Amino acid sequence: MTNILPRKDVVIVGLGWTGSILAHELAQEGLDVVAIERGPWRDTATSFNIGVMPDELRFAVRRDLFLQPRTEAITMRNNVDQVALPMRDYGSFLPGNGVGGAGVHWNGQTWRFWDSDFRTRSHLVERYGAQAIEGLTVQDWGVTGAELEEYYDRFEYLCGISGKAGNINGTIQPGGNPFEDPRSRDYPLPPMQMTYGPSLFAEITSGMGLHPFPCPSANLSQNYVNPLGVAMSQCSYCGFCERFGCANYAKASPQTTVLPALMRFSNFEARTLCEVLEVNLAPGGETARGVTYVDSSNEEYFQPADLVLLCAYGLFNVRLMMLSGIGEIYDPQTQTGTVGRNYCYQTNASAKLFFDDKTFNPFIAAGALGQTCDDYNGDAFDHSGLGFVGGSGINCLPTNGRPIETRYLPHHTPRWGSEWKKATAKYYSNTLHFTSQGSSYAARGNYLDLDPTYKDRHGRPLLRMTFDFTDNDVRMSDWVSDRMEDIAKASGAPKYSISRVAKGWNSAVYQSTHNVGGAIMGADPATSAVNPWLQSWDVPNVFVIGASAFPQNTGKNPTGTVGALAFRTARAIREQYLRNPGAALVPR
Amino acid sequence: MRHGGLLRFAGWAVIGLFLAVSAPARADGLVQADVLYNGYYQSVLGDCSGCHTKAGGALLAGGDPIETPFGTIVPPNITPDVETGIGRWSLEDFRGAMHRGIGRGGKRLYPAMPYPYYALMPQRDVDALWTWLQTVPPVSNAVEANLLPFPFNEREAMAGWNEINFRPGPFQRDPDRSDQWNRGAYLVRGPGHCAACHSPKNVTGGDVADRYLQGALLQGWFAPEITGDAWRGLGGWSEEEIVAYLATGTSGRAVASGPMREVIEASTSKMKNDDLRAIATYLKSLAGSDGARPTPVAADNPRMVAGGAVYRDNCAACHGTDGDGARNLIPALAGSAAVQQEMTDTLARVVIEGVQGASSDKAPTAPAMPALGWRLSDAEVADVLTYIRNSWGNAAAEVEARSVEDVRAKLK
Amino acid sequence: MLGSASFAALSLKPQAHGATVSGALPWKAFSADPPEPVPEGQRLFFTEAEAELLSAIADRIVPADELSVSASEAGCVTFIDAQLMGSYGSASRLYMNGPFEKGLATQGYQGSQTPAERYRAGLAAIAAHVEAQTPGKAFAAWSADEQDALLKELEADKVTLPDGVDGQAFFELMLKNVMEGFFADPVYGGNRDMAGWKMVGFPGARYDYRPFVGQHNQPYPFDPMSIMGNADWVRKGG
Repeated sequence: MTNILPRKDVVIVGLGWTGSILAHELAQEGLDVVAIERGPWRDTATSFNIGVMPDELRFAVRRDLFLQPRTEAITMRNNVDQVALPMRDYGSFLPGNGVGGAGVHWNGQTWRFWDSDFRTRSHLVERYGAQAIEGLTVQDWGVTGAELEEYYDRFEYLCGISGKAGNINGTIQPGGNPFEDPRSRDYPLPPMQMTYGPSLFAEITSGMGLHPFPCPSANLSQNYVNPLGVAMSQCSYCGFCERFGCANYAKASPQTTVLPALMRFSNFEARTLCEVLEVNLAPGGETARGVTYVDSSNEEYFQPADLVLLCAYGLFNVRLMMLSGIGEIYDPQTQTGTVGRNYCYQTNASAKLFFDDKTFNPFIAAGALGQTCDDYNGDAFDHSGLGFVGGSGINCLPTNGRPIETRYLPHHTPRWGSEWKKATAKYYSNTLHFTSQGSSYAARGNYLDLDPTYKDRHGRPLLRMTFDFTDNDVRMSDWVSDRMEDIAKASGAPKYSISRVAKGWNSAVYQSTHNVGGAIMGADPATSAVNPWLQSWDVPNVFVIGASAFPQNTGKNPTGTVGALAFRTARAIREQYLRNPGAALVPR
Repeated sequence: MRHGGLLRFAGWAVIGLFLAVSAPARADGLVQADVLYNGYYQSVLGDCSGCHTKAGGALLAGGDPIETPFGTIVPPNITPDVETGIGRWSLEDFRGAMHRGIGRGGKRLYPAMPYPYYALMPQRDVDALWTWLQTVPPVSNAVEANLLPFPFNEREAMAGWNEINFRPGPFQRDPDRSDQWNRGAYLVRGPGHCAACHSPKNVTGGDVADRYLQGALLQGWFAPEITGDAWRGLGGWSEEEIVAYLATGTSGRAVASGPMREVIEASTSKMKNDDLRAIATYLKSLAGSDGARPTPVAADNPRMVAGGAVYRDNCAACHGTDGDGARNLIPALAGSAAVQQEMTDTLARVVIEGVQGASSDKAPTAPAMPALGWRLSDAEVADVLTYIRNSWGNAAAEVEARSVEDVRAKLK
Repeated sequence: MLGSASFAALSLKPQAHGATVSGALPWKAFSADPPEPVPEGQRLFFTEAEAELLSAIADRIVPADELSVSASEAGCVTFIDAQLMGSYGSASRLYMNGPFEKGLATQGYQGSQTPAERYRAGLAAIAAHVEAQTPGKAFAAWSADEQDALLKELEADKVTLPDGVDGQAFFELMLKNVMEGFFADPVYGGNRDMAGWKMVGFPGARYDYRPFVGQHNQPYPFDPMSIMGNADWVRKGG
């Protein structure tokens, strides 16, 4: 028995970053908005109690705040010749759950992509010729860097991002990132205070002629009141960012930036512990009528709405589209269909420098506190003759010193026993760790669809992920790892180790929760699921907002771009869509 | 459908309803609208909904129980509902309630209804309020107002109370003071009824005149001194800070919570800026307790040492090592009069159970203090409060574990 | 799936169940859900023999020396016991629907057993293996070198344990859980007296390092603390 609820103007699936931004913008517009969230309500003082939060076992290892696989799992395989099996525990990536979504437990590294990223295909073909991207299905986004600038700015000022501009209206700023696109003004707050590790990294790399600069951080360097009037606090460098909620209002999250303003609107309502099963389409499949969801007692409801916004984690946006029949599911054999296409990830490697005489105090940390070199990121460097496209940022961002999971040891050190103890006691505070975060470029065989075997608790097919690192990305990452090795050698550290990327993506080892694509944006309905305003090509009263829209991934963290796209979509809905509701903003 | 969604439009929605259904008799629509606006504004000044509206409930349809030293009183339904509200009341009945504490049928009201303060309101404003009340949607909600034990359940006893405590109005101007000061004095002593919480009470529950607004314990909260006293009052606040605090819930350094948060959200945040400024002027002009500021407890006192460690490990991450807090978010403790009050019930309470701060359109954050009673013992709470009351230039009496124990016992 | 034709047959309810949040940020007094402290020496899951065997194994993983007490002295067995009694032990958060296939290395653990079941089976298999090697002489009675030798063989997947137990996988599980117990907050029963944290210099459940951010390359001055508190908080004298 399905209960039919009173109609709403807008139903939002998922109340994380994009859901709360869209909800606020549309509530401001006067629309009746309901957000349906699978997880619980969460807020700073009630859910992230300062005495409870600094608990590595509970939040980082057992992952109390995350989506549990029992609620929804994903099956995986590296290629179509394998049988996909469920990730019985999440490992390589950790989707969020509850109000705030992954915005609760992210690190806060907040980047802008570059215009050359948004024009990946055209840019690479123009500069290196078509053969440079052979075997890759990289695409343009249908939006330019210049068009997104004002929305990046809005997101950064919403969050109180702490950083140093590298390029203001074309003028290079000393101390910032010289490779970034022009921005209209500096960050709202200055960079965080550097700890010892990143300071040393900056010293080493600048001595080599690289260009280190402070990572733009959503851990705040100072107290801040954002444009919505919401107040935030200076970060206290506690080292409990990633996988934790921030207990002292010092990390930008939906809770600390949007929800206090959003919840004042009487025309907004959040329904928590309610899971959307399907977007219901009218006969003909060209209009959504609303969504069907179940509450925590498994009672089923139909929520009619004029406008449906999919704001869940990108992977689950894609799955919901597939389960609802929004768009055609991608087939890698025929390369037809758009939903599930261009699933991409992130290509990461790392370096550890082992010293004898340092005290890095790795526990004095924050999720986005550190230094980055973008010299080898994106197309900041000439790829001619290198045999790959794409690049990696090199980041010295020691996010924590939590000892269950953050203990680095030189290769060949025993993993237990007295020798292990000696080495652990010595190197815990003596290790400088840095990583390369690399682009992940789309290929025909990396995609998402529905699993034929495994089902969720409601009997619906799980999402199936078919993915491996492409040869291009492995070559790219390997080359950047050589550059990291150059840094290691220049550091004078007595020992170092480099962990490189290899084929055979392992789903059990944590790498990155930057899963992108699957409902990608673009100017051509034949090769994209949503138009450049993130409106479904197939069902125009459905918008799909999130990193699911990225046609491929860059060597940067996605949240800044996700936030910018959310603001841009909100504006398109307010200023264009509502003039003629139900109509496509871009003709098919 | 689109509509203005902000909560603050609620009052206007009521006015709109009235204009739609009532045919103007003598006055034209414009004058009628002025009367209605004035009536609505009187309800803001008097904070009617602060008591008569339940948290999350229908406007003025009856409030949450109020605990008094004499027992529990439930604010009644004052919507125009005929059976359960004041639908049968006449304007005369209403005037009697507001000015003399005598309701319909000669029934005496308990002074939890602040008629001793409302008595200062001019009849014109009381009448306007009455007119506005007629526009509130009637809600059927029967409220048993009187849960008092004998002898306090005898309403006739209030005649005797009035003899002792009630000085009827109207408000008397002080010709030697500015208009602004007089306006502030009227608002504070009259409709704002600040003394109802902030003045110490005599044994009958009446205000102690010579300790006017010098702080009082009520419903488990210590309402702090709000005179011009430099140590415990508002002497250290600028008028701008007081105005900002009343308008938004935060002065920057202080954040309202507890019952004052409700007063700000329902009442002062909707007041005109000139009125808030007048209130600030008046309050700052009041002579305070003039309590001799003690010498701070020495930093090497064992309570201060332990309290300092508790502070470092529990409080400093938000309130700062220097007690400076964070603008509009986390109250500064250094130089805070609120933490140096005579009684520490509020302080112990918020450490043990936490508290949520005010939210307003201009300062929507509603920041909250986390509950820490689960891991701090009574002695640890007492010591950290002693530390907070005696650091960064603060000075106030040590806090005993026993008093924390009492507070904790009442909260459970 | 809702077809449009079926709407008339559906019931109409104005209100949704579930937690609806509107109008203000919710807040509740006493909001905190700290973990229940595990009492020292508590044993609810393991038999005495299992606990003895696991202690002996754990004490080779983290042996007592000048850097710290041993794993069992630090409460690691108590920790694992408590974990196995909870949601971790029963895998209540994991996806445990079949079919269960062997899977590839890149697909993670694909067994149908919960961690609690794996310990029960794994310890029994090791005990049986030991009994076959040295009848009547338990693992705990072996010399440290003998113990290390068996553990290294398990780690290197060079031992075939009875009853189909994957010795290498079980060793990895024990290694992981002992490390968790040695470095988790003491509230969970391990890391007694913060032995693990003191060994590496981790200050524990602290939340404000601002005074120390700029003090590069200098040791942090304070002892670690647990989420349940700090000895410094207790008044000394006075």
